[in-house]
Amino acid sequence: MSLLTVNDLRTYFHTRNGVYRAVDGVSFALDRGETLGIVGESGSGKSVTCYSIMGLIPQPPGRIESGSAIFDGTDLLRCRPEEARAIRGKRISMIFQDPMTSLNPYLRISEQLIEPLLIHGLASRKDALRRALEMLEAVGINDAAKRIHYYPHEFSGGMRQRVMIAMALITRPELLIADEPTTALDVTVQAQILELIRRLQQEYGMAVIFITHDLGVVSGLCDRVQVMYGGRIVETASTRTLFRTPLHPYTRALQQSIPSLQPKGVELFTIPGMPPDLSKPISGCAFAARCAAATARCTGADPVLTEMSPGHAQACLRVAAGEL
Amino acid sequence: MSEPILELRDVRTHFPIRQGFFFKRQVGTVKAVDGVTLSLARGEVLGLVGESGCGKSTLARTILQLLPTTSGSVLLSGRTLADCEAGELMRLRRDLQMVFQDPYASLNPRMTVFATLSEPLLTHGVCDRSEATRQVAELMERVGLAPRFMQKYPHEFSGGQRQRIAIARALALRPQIIIADEPVSALDVSIQAQILNLLAKLVREMGLSLVFIAHDLSVVKHISDRVAVMYLGRIVEIGEARRVIDDPQHPYTRALVSAIPRPDPEVERNRQRIVLPGDPPSPINPPSGCTFHPRCPHAVDACKAAFPELRPAAGREVACSRIGAF
Ligand SMILES: Nc1ncnc2c1ncn2[C@@H]1O[C@H](COP(=O)(O)OP(=O)(O)O)[C@@H](O)[C@H]1O
Ligand SMILES: Nc1ncnc2c1ncn2[C@@H]1O[C@H](COP(=O)(O)OP(=O)(O)O)[C@@H](O)[C@H]1O
Ligand code: SF4
Ligand SMILES: [Mg+2]
Ligand SMILES: [Mg+2]
Repeated sequence: MSLLTVNDLRTYFHTRNGVYRAVDGVSFALDRGETLGIVGESGSGKSVTCYSIMGLIPQPPGRIESGSAIFDGTDLLRCRPEEARAIRGKRISMIFQDPMTSLNPYLRISEQLIEPLLIHGLASRKDALRRALEMLEAVGINDAAKRIHYYPHEFSGGMRQRVMIAMALITRPELLIADEPTTALDVTVQAQILELIRRLQQEYGMAVIFITHDLGVVSGLCDRVQVMYGGRIVETASTRTLFRTPLHPYTRALQQSIPSLQPKGVELFTIPGMPPDLSKPISGCAFAARCAAATARCTGADPVLTEMSPGHAQACLRVAAGEL
Repeated sequence: MSEPILELRDVRTHFPIRQGFFFKRQVGTVKAVDGVTLSLARGEVLGLVGESGCGKSTLARTILQLLPTTSGSVLLSGRTLADCEAGELMRLRRDLQMVFQDPYASLNPRMTVFATLSEPLLTHGVCDRSEATRQVAELMERVGLAPRFMQKYPHEFSGGQRQRIAIARALALRPQIIIADEPVSALDVSIQAQILNLLAKLVREMGLSLVFIAHDLSVVKHISDRVAVMYLGRIVEIGEARRVIDDPQHPYTRALVSAIPRPDPEVERNRQRIVLPGDPPSPINPPSGCTFHPRCPHAVDACKAAFPELRPAAGREVACSRIGAF
């Protein structure tokens, strides 16, 4: 049994400028203790996928058009509000790029850390404070006994990220959703935070969904990766397989365009054009307009995520037909 | 290499910190740039890297004379910029142009591409109105934009295209040097590659010199001839890009290289990563001696005493007194 099963999720935004199909038929499953990376360029629907699961889509303009997100037997998209509240923020936690998304600038860290424990009735105030202190120590805040009484602005950027992680993990969630938590950080601080998430994931055995646009970041952290483009999943595989034998033309192009550590002089591989306009219905493969291998058929039929080998699925028509 | 086109001699740019409501007293100093010496040859690309707050943008703005130097001098083609009169400074400044990280903020939203690109041409009398359209079209083609979009506004373009407009504007006066301050940091991977290729092409075709600023090393090796690594307002390592990145010598450069996540699960899982403790310290009260010593895995007591000067080591220059000892 999977811990989380998302099936045919569609989340659209109904705006004055049209309907944006931000997430358009996303399905995936996640096992207990598994780490899943979701990779894609900005606007590909990574955040909206996770916001839908967490009930964070502003409605309106957003609307979940279809689909289900079943967490340990409960459909988060359709269950009663109190059922959802018992799961979100307790058994599933989320962290963000900007820690101030989760932190209240006017409250001491101590109050914010114990809040989820008190709300969910998981501990007395005294026990909660003890656990908050332990948690701060676990995320590597020195002098935690003193700093637990600080306000968020009294911490540096990297330290605030740690506080947010402490707050997300204090209820010992079974699933942590991390939405680009290291994107705004310096590489040296990013390395610290990745190390921390990796260590806590192993210690607590929780499942992690890690959203990033950086293929480098997922390579060391995730068991499995899924690549999103234009609101859909175009490829999913174990991390090793995805890096060794990427199949979908978009994944391949993305991998080839990473500039890191390429020597001077060679022309970098580039993907021509831009991501699709999600307010226009996309017929066929969303990548067709930029794909070097596209044929007329690619814009005709809707692509289906097809399993090519156990655990490795991709959505290119031509790859599925054995032409690429 | 030939005579340098740009030279910095022990440049310092400090900001006073003032406090008080009626009488602002100076209570401290931010030593954003604190003794930088370097030179740039004609046609050379210098990558400048370091964590945020280390002084890269301040150095860029100091070179462009947008900030006064506290001490030291900036020389363009052998002329000390601070000594120039207004007229000469204006002429010399044409040779120095800048591209910023955020093309959204650096372009005027109410100006069309044509207006943005023709403005410097007309103000500097490079051409007259009748000629402007042709020159703007030429600039647009040079940076890979179709001239038919000339009458569009910045918001009608994507981030990558806007960065192309900003680059075209920097090229309008045919400068000799471009200083690009994190020009690809805000862009998606696939768009980054397009802009990097464009900059490399422009350097090649127009014989430009380029100072390419980035906060991590992953993009600089590809474009740079030489790389300078900055820490708290100073250069701690400088040399040929390949050497500095493939075989870093300064403990800080080693940590920076090691922190780049590699897009290869095999490498990533099996390597020993150097994780630096703590955040970069503040340039208000920098640590004594080698300012890197509180985070350095190789620091000894002597490192707290004196700041090590840049000295030749392993075919580049390194500011660490313990080179060879670890
Ligand atoms: N509040 C909103 N209103 C309108 N459109 C939105 C809103 N939030 C997201 N979108 C749309 O959803 C698309 C996907 O967004 P997102 O999931 O945030 O992308 P990612 O996280 O992959 O960068 C965006 O391109 C945008 O068009
Ligand atoms: N105008 C200013 N007044 C005071 N301090 C400044 C000013 N500009 C920059 N600083 C400080 O100087 C240091 C270097 O900043 P900056 O050059 O922007 O670094 P980088 O570009 O490497 O991120 C930082 O500590 C910053 O806070
Ligand atoms: S001088 Fe000392 S503290 Fe500074 S980098 Fe070298 S070993 Fe480290
Ligand atoms: Mg996002
Ligand atoms: Mg800067």
